[in-house]
Amino acid sequence: MKPIGSVHDIPFGEGRTFSVDGRMIAVFRLRDGSIRALDAVCPHKGGPLADGQIDLKQVVCPLHLNAWDLATGCSLSGQKPVASYPVRIDDDLLFLEL
Amino acid sequence: MRQRLVVIGNGMAGARTVEEILARGGEFDITMFGDEPYGNYNRIMLSNVLAGIEDESGIFLNDLSWYAENGIRLHAGVRIDRIDRYAKMVYASDGTATGYDKLVIATGSSAFVPPIKGAHVPGRGYHQGVFVFRTLDDTRAMIRYAKEHERAVVIGGGLLGLEAARGLQNHLGHVTLVHAAGHLMNTQLNAKAGKTLQTTIEQKLGIEVVVDGMTTEILGKNAVTGVKLAGGRVIDCDVVVVAAGIRPNSAVAADSGLVVERGIVVDDQMRAVDEPDIYVVGECAQHRDQVYGLVAPLWEQAKVLADHVTGVDRSAAYHGSQVATKLKVAGVDVASMGQQGAEHADDELIEFAEPAKGIYKNVVVRDGRLVGATLVGDAGKAAVLIKAFEKGSELPENRAALLFDLGGPVAEESVADMPDEEQVCNCNGVSKGGICAAVAGGCKTVGGVMDATRAGKGCGTCKPLVQRIVEWAAGGTIEEDPAASYYVPGVPMPKPELMHAIRLHQLKSVSSVFATLGGDEDAKSKMGLASLLKMMWGEEYVDERDARFINDRVHANIQRDGTFSVVPQMKGGVTTPAQLKRIAEVAERHGVPMVKLTGGQRIDLLGIPKEKLPEIWADLDMPSGYAYAKSFRTVKTCVGSDYCRFGVGDSTALGIALEERYQGIEGPGKMKLAVTGCPRNCAEAYVKDLGVVAIDGGKWEIYVGGAAGAHVRKGDLLATVGSADEVMVLTGRFLQYYRENGNWLERTYAWVPRVGIEHLKKVLVDDAEGLAAGLDERMTASVGAYRDPWKERTEPATPGQFRTSLPLIVLPQVPVRA
Repeated sequence: MKPIGSVHDIPFGEGRTFSVDGRMIAVFRLRDGSIRALDAVCPHKGGPLADGQIDLKQVVCPLHLNAWDLATGCSLSGQKPVASYPVRIDDDLLFLEL
Repeated sequence: MRQRLVVIGNGMAGARTVEEILARGGEFDITMFGDEPYGNYNRIMLSNVLAGIEDESGIFLNDLSWYAENGIRLHAGVRIDRIDRYAKMVYASDGTATGYDKLVIATGSSAFVPPIKGAHVPGRGYHQGVFVFRTLDDTRAMIRYAKEHERAVVIGGGLLGLEAARGLQNHLGHVTLVHAAGHLMNTQLNAKAGKTLQTTIEQKLGIEVVVDGMTTEILGKNAVTGVKLAGGRVIDCDVVVVAAGIRPNSAVAADSGLVVERGIVVDDQMRAVDEPDIYVVGECAQHRDQVYGLVAPLWEQAKVLADHVTGVDRSAAYHGSQVATKLKVAGVDVASMGQQGAEHADDELIEFAEPAKGIYKNVVVRDGRLVGATLVGDAGKAAVLIKAFEKGSELPENRAALLFDLGGPVAEESVADMPDEEQVCNCNGVSKGGICAAVAGGCKTVGGVMDATRAGKGCGTCKPLVQRIVEWAAGGTIEEDPAASYYVPGVPMPKPELMHAIRLHQLKSVSSVFATLGGDEDAKSKMGLASLLKMMWGEEYVDERDARFINDRVHANIQRDGTFSVVPQMKGGVTTPAQLKRIAEVAERHGVPMVKLTGGQRIDLLGIPKEKLPEIWADLDMPSGYAYAKSFRTVKTCVGSDYCRFGVGDSTALGIALEERYQGIEGPGKMKLAVTGCPRNCAEAYVKDLGVVAIDGGKWEIYVGGAAGAHVRKGDLLATVGSADEVMVLTGRFLQYYRENGNWLERTYAWVPRVGIEHLKKVLVDDAEGLAAGLDERMTASVGAYRDPWKERTEPATPGQFRTSLPLIVLPQVPVRA
């Protein structure tokens, strides 16, 4: 697992994009404090998933409102899946495994 | 200890009621008694069993395992003889006694057999060869007997009699239908419709029909040999089926001291008179003088009963049913609802008959509403008519459109005729086939299909067509989508209830609304709630940034490539050379890929990366034009009386004043305004959410609910006023009323016709409900709370507010235009 930044880089209930080994990863901080990580690019039309609205289950892409499961990366609206990544917090640092 | 619920009756009403109770999480210890020795089956389908279309096993709704799985004790084949209301016990034919806390009586009906000589054999029940048509056992016996005989007479030309006649044809050679009244199905149909049906039945099906035929005797010594009619005519036959109607099974209730008239009398909660613990449902119940013999009212009754007995909604009330039916009677399409013909002098009866084709149609209109309709032989318009009848909706000016699919643009496209590959949703590219596949895949609500396919989720104009396709594809099994009335999908309440609950619990943040009212947080509900809370609480609103859509987080409109557009405010579309220079300089300095004039008379800088937004705002040093929010957008104006030769009012000044006052006001949808200086309408005020038109004599007309987007609509005239000040006040009042009452994302072009312009005039102009002062006051408070969001640029509101979310891979970028 690699350190990618501080948990305080992400406000509760939002997402931010991190560059990890040349890949763009959208990392979300849920309102219950837990963290999820998905590929940053919406497979539908390339929208920035980190700009989407989230709840404890899904992220909704801001461009065409397609939704993905935050835990699995599976689409909830009939699109292709996105990759999801293991991620954890240690002493306020975010660690991610590609 | 769990309460004991005893249900007498295991037919469609009893079992459905138990299902509804279980669906509400009702915690009862349930015991059911059924007279018939089976699980619960669909009685309506017995006609199909008789006709050989359906197998017996196909008509069971709940087999015995369902009872076991739900912990229900079923006593099938056990009849209840007596209810002791004081001891709260029921006594069964097998000698057992069972106590209850709550009792449901759902005993249904039994076949009515008129006193005809020879129908019964003393001590042996029905004469051999005489049948009724009510239960599965009746049906089995009838089939068995009919197979070995040749000629049948069916007594009764109602729905059941016709079905019996048609079914019997399957098993023997000759069927005669004898009906006592002057025409078939006289309860539902008028004489012309009944005659049309008769002709079809006789000519197409070969069933002999005798009307005005009173059966006086069933002949035959050991077995039936014929029936004798009042005029002396004898019809030879060896099978007789009596289908002369049904009577509620209320004897046990009456013997036990309940109030029984035609059925067991119930109140609006489906409780027997003066019996707080005894409910009655289905064909045995008499509610407000009505006893229903159809299935739709039964479903409604079961819901109310379940709401009440479980305590889920103690205020649930049944108000009676508008009975509308569409069925195939003996293979002929028949739909009927309400009146058979004109009953008042003022009723309009519109009628069409084409006897050669077996078609008869009529509609009865009173005060512009549909109060009755009949369709025989062609029920194509049934769905439309049933909807108009049940909802009391407005009818087309051309009444013929009620009976026929007329040509021209107003006609609804026939869904059945559309090819599968035809595109329905032009925004998201969804075909008819795609919608049907979603229905086949298990989606049974319009909302569910829209979520699954994204059909109707773009501009929304195709929604009515999507709805019709779903209804068609689901073949009438469409489920009412309760979520359709919710303000947002994640909190199960319509807007007025939601606002009430928010005030009651003092909920000032989106997360507190979910925690208190909604259960789980829902991403798709956050934006609507944020808008509502901000409108309701103003300065007290607790702003959680994650509740905002990205546009509202960064005060700019996200574009297809993830960049943003920046539109500075340009009140009334009036600008200055200095302003233009500054915009030009900013665009050059930052290499803005595209500069464009908007439809709202402003200048749009497109292709701005998120991280550059604060810098661009600082360089522009102009207020936000709000071209990204569900809010007051712009006021488009013409040059008005200042320069125009034709202008009769200073539209520019009024437009600027309106924008100055109402800038940035959030609402359920965008609010686009215009002020035009004369009725030539250069500023397109007739098609705005609110449009003001100067007319000669120093007056202003105010139009509301106009649109010129995917939906085009001319606004309705709200008022004509004598001064610009009055325009300012009425505009604020209208916008505030819309903010408080419009559904989320419901634009004024939908909301104004929904509430009605007459209502708006009454409330906003005449102040008939005394709401005006409050609306004005709340709008003034919102106006006072205005802050230019583009000032939020030196200190980000959240960490990384303007950090890029753009991926590093190359996306379809908007090309730079030189």
